[in-house]
Amino acid sequence: MDRRSLIAGAAILGAVPLVRARAQAANTIKIGVLNDQSGTYRDISGPNAVACARQAVADFGPRGFNVEILVADHQNRPDVGANIARQWIDRDGVDMLLDVTTSSVALAVNDICREKNKVHINSTAATSDLTGARCAPTTVHWTYDTYMLAKSTGGAMVRAGGDSWFFITADYAFGHALERDTGNFVREAGGRVLNAVRTPFPGTTDFSAFLVQAQASRCKVIGLANAGSDTTNCIKQAAEFGITRRGVKLAALLMLIPDVHALGLATAQGLVCSETFYWDLNDRTRAFTARVAPQLGGAKPASTQAGCYAGVLHYLKAVQDMGVAQAKASGVEAVNRMKAMPTEDDCFGAGSIRADGRKIHPAHLFEVKTPAESRAPWDYYKLLQTTPAEEAFRPLAAGGCPLIRA
Amino acid sequence: MASETTAPGIRVIPAPVSDGSLWGFSRPQRVALIVMLVFLGVAPFAGLYPVFLMKLLCFGLFACAFNLLIGYVGLLSFGHAAYFGMGGYIAGHAAKVMGVPPELAILLGGAVGAALGAVFGWVAIRRQGIYFAMITLALSQLVYFVCVQAPFTGGEDGIQAIPRGKLFGMFDLSADLSMYWVVAAVFVIGFLLVHRIVHSPFGMVMKAIKENEPRATSLGYRTDDYKLLAFILSAGLAGVAGATKSLVFGIATLTDVHWSMSGEVVLMTLVGGLGTVFGPVIGAAVIVTMQNYLAEWGAWVTVIQGGIFVACVLAFRRGIVGEIGALLKVKL
Repeated sequence: MDRRSLIAGAAILGAVPLVRARAQAANTIKIGVLNDQSGTYRDISGPNAVACARQAVADFGPRGFNVEILVADHQNRPDVGANIARQWIDRDGVDMLLDVTTSSVALAVNDICREKNKVHINSTAATSDLTGARCAPTTVHWTYDTYMLAKSTGGAMVRAGGDSWFFITADYAFGHALERDTGNFVREAGGRVLNAVRTPFPGTTDFSAFLVQAQASRCKVIGLANAGSDTTNCIKQAAEFGITRRGVKLAALLMLIPDVHALGLATAQGLVCSETFYWDLNDRTRAFTARVAPQLGGAKPASTQAGCYAGVLHYLKAVQDMGVAQAKASGVEAVNRMKAMPTEDDCFGAGSIRADGRKIHPAHLFEVKTPAESRAPWDYYKLLQTTPAEEAFRPLAAGGCPLIRA
Repeated sequence: MASETTAPGIRVIPAPVSDGSLWGFSRPQRVALIVMLVFLGVAPFAGLYPVFLMKLLCFGLFACAFNLLIGYVGLLSFGHAAYFGMGGYIAGHAAKVMGVPPELAILLGGAVGAALGAVFGWVAIRRQGIYFAMITLALSQLVYFVCVQAPFTGGEDGIQAIPRGKLFGMFDLSADLSMYWVVAAVFVIGFLLVHRIVHSPFGMVMKAIKENEPRATSLGYRTDDYKLLAFILSAGLAGVAGATKSLVFGIATLTDVHWSMSGEVVLMTLVGGLGTVFGPVIGAAVIVTMQNYLAEWGAWVTVIQGGIFVACVLAFRRGIVGEIGALLKVKL
């Protein structure tokens, strides 16, 4: 290889980004899906969340304005996510940011959307601070949050006799919030939190040292305040160490159906988890799943991905209701309109959005089936109980959202 | 090359000729400087995204600071992320929690970088070559773990929503363009400072140490003192660059203290041209632009970066600016 060919090669490489066309249209709503496309949370958000957003656009149908969807990978790093969000809003004219997996990134994006007056519909980030201390008038938090997960799963575990807890916590905003919210429920119910270890995020794959520490504490329940492949790795390694065989229960506080799929029923059977959507819950969820499944590469939609669908659908309804120009001009106005309108979609049924941005719907407690009980691929859950919408989430007054006091 | 060979193995570096030029800029350098200043003035109006330009300038300054050490003293520090990142954290914390104005936050970031550099440099300059690099790497990893655990850094979340504030309590910097002028000013001052340091008598001793340390010692220079001072200056400027970056983006995270950031600045300096005045700036521009425009290719960015690094080492050992300079027979 000589210098000349190197220079020629470099010139061609340099020209690639210039080919990208830039289109600007006043009649186009731009939605930016910002999530994890390659890492720990790929399966619960990733490309399938994008497919669900596209499905919402298709189901909404052509109503006199165009919808364009952009996708980016924030690698679970707040600085990368904040950069992309800024660039999208300033340069590409994105009107709404969707999904925003990973609470640390979500909180950073939340601040940017507030500053720039753009809509932020969050589905996969779980921290309840998004509608609490750091709530913004531009944010709608759709699928779940740490309070709801803690109340549903944590409450069920304590009622079943698990009254001493040890937490394995992903060391960032989400893990801290989940540990805090669950710990509160455990203590309220008369249980004790023995200790907690914080695991570096992202990048921890070997949890054996933490699991051994948990076992040494002689707790009855190990609370997994993490998500995605962190949770599945913990569960697998706990099984390998024989921790679960010795009677210690695992509380997977945020476990979604792709995680169960990754674990396999042999490992996951008997675990309980809380979700707000399950593809096989009722006729409407099955109809939605049938529509979107061909785009998901053999998987079924997770609740977080269904949240992206429902969020986009409701946003587009609000945009149509108030007019494209006005929706593009003010994110606060668009979110206010979304809050004023009742929500209605196949995934979550009828619902509403509270003044603090919290989307309200029932929460379901599921138990993972045994391999014998499961009749079809992705037939994984038995419904244990349903918490009604009004009780599932943190009461409006208890969140400390500055929007409420004002 | 400005040096000429008189006898085998002996290189004579001509004394700087005072021709009334600005801080020792040669004529081609003056032309390049003017081109750069014009670019800085015009770029935001030529459709380039100001936040991107600011990122470019922050990394440009960071690479210049790094080049001061490797290009002119010959010390390969592999821990410059520590000063860069810590500068960012301190400035972010000061601006957000203590409500310090931006100019002070940036200076504070620089001061902390310099202080850290003084301590680390004092330890590291006792060894040379690979040992020096390893000591700096080890110490910067120490800083990384402090940043992971210390409450004020926010761990994996970083310090978020850092306000840009008001410059001198008067000029609101929340608009990207006004922030751009501040960053451009910080960059130009930092750049000129590096150039001034290099072309001062102190800089001559630095270069002498790089060429032949025992000889510099034999001439009566306390080389350790010179190396330490160069280290502190470099770390301080890296801190300033990190502080500016955290104000620009409103966020300070672990990315900036991670060892891969130390590697990135080495890459920038090598691609641009080691020991050239403009090289680090060009190198930073190339790498940052690449990361920006190739971001959609995900993990391939690092592969492409690696390819460019290999290509540079194989074919363009003097880096982009070094090669251009050699082609035009001038020192840039």
